[in-house]
Amino acid sequence: MSRFEDEHGPLVDLGNERPQVPAQARILSPIVPRASISGRALVAVVAIMTFLASITTGTVLLVSASAAEWQSEVASEITAQVRPQTGRDLERDAAATAEAMRTQPGIVQVKPFTKDESARLLEPWLGSGLSIDQLPVPRVIVARVQPGTTLDLASLRSRVTQVAPSASVDDHRAWIERMRSMTGATVFAGLGILVLVIMATIISVSFATRGAMAANRPIVEVLHFVGAGDSFIANRFLRHFLRLGLEGGLIGGGVAMLAFGFSESMAGWFSGTPVGDQFAALLGTFSLPPSGYLVLALQALLIAAITAWASRRTLFATLDDID
Amino acid sequence: MVRFENVGLRYGLGPEILRDLSFLIPAHSFQFLTGPSGAGKTSLLRLLFLSLRPTRGLVNLFGQDVSLLSKDQVADLRKRIGIVLQDFRLLDHMTTYENVALPFRVMGREESSYRREVIDLLKWVGLGERMDALPPILSGGEKQRAAIARAVISRPQLLLADEPTGSVDPTLGRRLLRLFIELNRSGTAVVIATHDITLMDQYEARRLVLHQGRLHIYE
Repeated sequence: MSRFEDEHGPLVDLGNERPQVPAQARILSPIVPRASISGRALVAVVAIMTFLASITTGTVLLVSASAAEWQSEVASEITAQVRPQTGRDLERDAAATAEAMRTQPGIVQVKPFTKDESARLLEPWLGSGLSIDQLPVPRVIVARVQPGTTLDLASLRSRVTQVAPSASVDDHRAWIERMRSMTGATVFAGLGILVLVIMATIISVSFATRGAMAANRPIVEVLHFVGAGDSFIANRFLRHFLRLGLEGGLIGGGVAMLAFGFSESMAGWFSGTPVGDQFAALLGTFSLPPSGYLVLALQALLIAAITAWASRRTLFATLDDID
Repeated sequence: MVRFENVGLRYGLGPEILRDLSFLIPAHSFQFLTGPSGAGKTSLLRLLFLSLRPTRGLVNLFGQDVSLLSKDQVADLRKRIGIVLQDFRLLDHMTTYENVALPFRVMGREESSYRREVIDLLKWVGLGERMDALPPILSGGEKQRAAIARAVISRPQLLLADEPTGSVDPTLGRRLLRLFIELNRSGTAVVIATHDITLMDQYEARRLVLHQGRLHIYE
């Protein structure tokens, strides 16, 4: 029984004119029509922003992973260099240095580069057919350090210079430091770009929200007339903006993920070629791990949430103005 | 129900258009608000509807001082007031049925719980065949009837109507007046702002006459 009949009887008495009330529920139009919000432009903006943010994050993840790999590889190696010196036998000094390194606690493997191997190392710069005897080329000995041990580098240096005065030992510390600062700078730049992208997203969404509110001002006023509170009105708009944000995030994030997947395939096609090898040396296999894709998906959701938040903030500010 | 004490209203730095208004609107009462054009009838209705705040004086609505109300409290009070404006303010993308049912949607009621009430009322105001029409294709009179139906559908405690019969023929005007009287008998206080002497002559009721910003009451 209706409230009217409950409390006061029917408001209007239609007598025999009472119409047949349809049993089925009507499909009601949305209070704020979807078409009244210029969503396509906003979806495009959010998609582009999400794509840029995803490419930035993905690249930062790739560089960080590759840098960590280089660092761990380099940190587990030390290199001794024995320079030719007048009056000394280079071969004997190299052998003595290798032996001194081999007996140093913490070193698990020593590999002296032979004359031919040294020549091959220089081949890219000096060409083939080189007779290394004609040049004062130092001999290189590479040693692998047992992971997790701290090598007594001072003691090793002292023992090595005792047996070969022209030898020097390099633990690549300076190079690792440079790598670390380069990686830090890349991550910092990436974060800076992300902050800019998020700010641009917030500004774009705020403008779009203001536009939508201005276009729908008559609806807002009527809703105020019938006693709707700001939360009710804001929620009618917010669901549109959340959907637009999700659409944009899905498109931008999805395209970025496809781009990373495609670049991984490209790296696979070019592996073995000089270009492919250079890229592999610089950025590893160019493959984003599954956790990287998860980060991109979460980032797309975050941008959709930021879109909804920025819209909500603007909605309440605009509702205050309208009232 | 409504108490005004020494209320004044001015827009910006302009002259005071309503001066020293002091009156009561008791519950279940029926009154016409009249006066020449520009006398401030619409402004007084907007004060009663809380879409304007007085520049001075006290407005007390349903026992609450309106100057102390938060936005949410204002929204809650408006649910107890129905208003019919001269420009109807129907939503063009919604059917007549949906426009009339809007107060129920804002209250969060299920469509099945109010469907019959809305259809009955639309039939009563002569819009039974126009339920699914959109406002842009309704005539002025039809729009006015839809706006009235929207204002009364939730049985407000106070109904404010600004020239509610201005766009309808005398027969329908009488029918709409009967609707307001019926609503008043069921407990709603009614304030009808009108120029229409014929309409006022059809029903013996209190008259609030605005003249040069001041209110004269004829019981």
